[in-house]
Amino acid sequence: MIIELGHYALILAVMTTFVQCVFPLWGAIRQDPWLQSMARISAFVTFALVVLSYAALTYAYLSSDFSVANVVLNSHSTKPLIYKISGVWSNHEGSMMLWVLILVFFAALVAFRSDGMPERLLASVLSVQGAIAFAFLIFIVLTSNPFLRVGDPPADGQGLNPILADPGLAIHPPLLYLGYVGFSVAFSFAIGALIHGRIDAIWARFVRPWTLLAWIFLTLGISMGSYWAYYELGWGGWWFWDPVENASLMPWLMGTALLHSTIVMEKRDALKVWTILLSILTFSLSLLGTFLVRSGVITSVHSFASDPGRGLFILGILVVFIGGGLLLFALRASSLKQGGLFAPVSREGALVLNNLFLAASTVAVLVGTLYPLVLETFSGAKISVGAPYFNLTAVPLFIILLVLVPFGQSLAWKRGDLLGVMQRLLFAFGLSVLAALIIFAFTTGGPVMAPVGIGLGLWMILGSATDIFIRIWPRRFDISHIFARAWGLPRSAWGTALAHAGLGISVIGIAATAWGVEHISLTKAGEKIIVGPYTVALETSFKRSGQGFREEGARFLITRDDQSLGALETSKRVHAGREMPTTEAGIETFGFGQLYASLNEILPDGRVSVHLYWKPLVTLIWGGSLLMALGGALSLSDRRVRITAAERVSRATGKSRGAPA
Amino acid sequence: MMRRFLLLVTFIVLNAAAYAVEPDEILKDPALEARARSISAELRCLVCQNQSIDDSHAPLARDLRLLVRDRLKAGESDTQIRQYLVERYGDFILLKPRVAADTIILWGAPFLALLLSGFFVWRAAQRRGALLRSDAPLTDDEKAHLDRILASKNQNR
Repeated sequence: MIIELGHYALILAVMTTFVQCVFPLWGAIRQDPWLQSMARISAFVTFALVVLSYAALTYAYLSSDFSVANVVLNSHSTKPLIYKISGVWSNHEGSMMLWVLILVFFAALVAFRSDGMPERLLASVLSVQGAIAFAFLIFIVLTSNPFLRVGDPPADGQGLNPILADPGLAIHPPLLYLGYVGFSVAFSFAIGALIHGRIDAIWARFVRPWTLLAWIFLTLGISMGSYWAYYELGWGGWWFWDPVENASLMPWLMGTALLHSTIVMEKRDALKVWTILLSILTFSLSLLGTFLVRSGVITSVHSFASDPGRGLFILGILVVFIGGGLLLFALRASSLKQGGLFAPVSREGALVLNNLFLAASTVAVLVGTLYPLVLETFSGAKISVGAPYFNLTAVPLFIILLVLVPFGQSLAWKRGDLLGVMQRLLFAFGLSVLAALIIFAFTTGGPVMAPVGIGLGLWMILGSATDIFIRIWPRRFDISHIFARAWGLPRSAWGTALAHAGLGISVIGIAATAWGVEHISLTKAGEKIIVGPYTVALETSFKRSGQGFREEGARFLITRDDQSLGALETSKRVHAGREMPTTEAGIETFGFGQLYASLNEILPDGRVSVHLYWKPLVTLIWGGSLLMALGGALSLSDRRVRITAAERVSRATGKSRGAPA
Repeated sequence: MMRRFLLLVTFIVLNAAAYAVEPDEILKDPALEARARSISAELRCLVCQNQSIDDSHAPLARDLRLLVRDRLKAGESDTQIRQYLVERYGDFILLKPRVAADTIILWGAPFLALLLSGFFVWRAAQRRGALLRSDAPLTDDEKAHLDRILASKNQNR
């Protein structure tokens, strides 16, 4: 009964999104306030219906209702609660449900936070959101319905893919989807502005918090996914340039560009047309990512099912929204008035440069990901594009961009003083170079890129610190003054500095991987293996069984200077009902580095074949990205970013009525 | 075809008990071993999903790793080994595609994108620069606005 209710709510939502799409748009074109006002109500109703539908599906998982095909295929009655909840999105149908749930959640949130937004703009924005939701709801109902029943319910389900049975599953997909789908708001705003024909700083003020929010989630989602792959797949790597990873990196790169260009637009009323284009492109890349992963064009852990019908359907959605968006842009962009002027050497100019490099690196990732597919379609030739390609194209572009970041951060708006900026940054620059040289001197013969990368990371951190320092350092030294000024500094300035420093920290972590030590050995109990600064020795191997799995593993003791520092356990697990064993890596964190053990096999004579790694500073990679997200959150918490434009206008006019603006 | 290929992949992966580079594969000469690792890192495991043979645990990857090492021991150069593998398995085995007629777009696109967009930005900057430097007289609206501001300032005094 509850399942049917959920199913029914889903179909009703198709209809309400249709209403949300058509009537407000009609109202926006006819300038009919009554039709426009339907936008808000239909967005709320749609949200309520999708929540109901999603809750019904979750209920099916929680109650282990094996008359529902989706539950049979992806759940098991003995699964722990967390995997019953997260199991909902562990498969194609359920993850599309989550996608749509987040989409309509954002639409409802826009409607809820819309005070002071021009009704016509709101109607256009929600109409576009409605159109996207309509397309994906139809897709779910027609090709990926999670509510289908089975005629003859089995006694138990087939269980979850063991690789997915991990807390990572509970966190990674929702974060990633919040990011992907969050960019739909910027897209809808861009289309709304093109329909509306007006775009100004107020528009940017409405869009910026949504973009920032989506960016924060996407940053966390990607970083979480990277750490999950690192400990779960057991290869010791953290980024593989896998098409599915690239699919999430592309909207992140574009979204980062968008984030920076909306700042220019809000502060200086410039780069309007470009910002609109970026908004369209960022969400287009999110859609492309969804297509690549969901259609099964690319086979990977992430594509749960490959069904050509589904692929074609999503391709259709892709063509309609990306094509439609770009077409509208081509038709209407010339009608948008160009805004504020700025000299090439200025904060604006630097942000343009940032956008240039981010866009070019997005092109590198995009071309590298799609080229094999396209080439095979047209000429039948099969080629592979892997990590070496991206290391030669996207990575150099990133590096140049990173070198430029501190300059941009310190330049003034409108017309900057490059010489002055260089003088101010001289200390940061000198210190970074000096540090790189010292490290290089101490590690001669080692990899050259490591000290260079660390210098680069330090340059980002010290550059951010310099920016803050100069802003809060008073002319005459006085401790209380410094605190007052630090307190008075806008939180978005702290946010920027923190995010850039976080990026620098990630860069240091990445650079240090070059010093990583890998040891492949076949070892017997008690034999000492030196892995970086630590000594590891096999203590014992074991066999045991846990909830739903049997495992065979090995336990190693870690020592340093004959001092015991704990143990590493790594195992191969065979899960009930699945043949494929998974490798459970053993990880111990020391400082910022990690010892990582990954079992090959245990031989009949008791010897153990194992991969041991020492990865210095590796945790900085994810720590830095957490700081980036935190920086974003700090910016978002800045009242001046969050506050709605209308509130500002009414407050300003309330205080000093009639003053020239 | 695709389905059969996938079945084959699953079959191979499921039967793999071994894992990535195994201890018995390692060459005695560290320099040669380092070369073997760097060659294998750029070779695709043909039956896996975007893994190099260095990372993969599939039996085919192991065979290829051994083959690379045998050829290294026989004194072949890195290029010769790559050439041999391409002849045998096609370009699909190279994770770093060769620069050729049909990959020129692939290798050129990122830099072309940078150059083109850089050119447009430079053009726009020139136009803007001209506007910034121009000493066109104020329009009537602007004059009136300026007068109003000045008037309100005088009042405050």
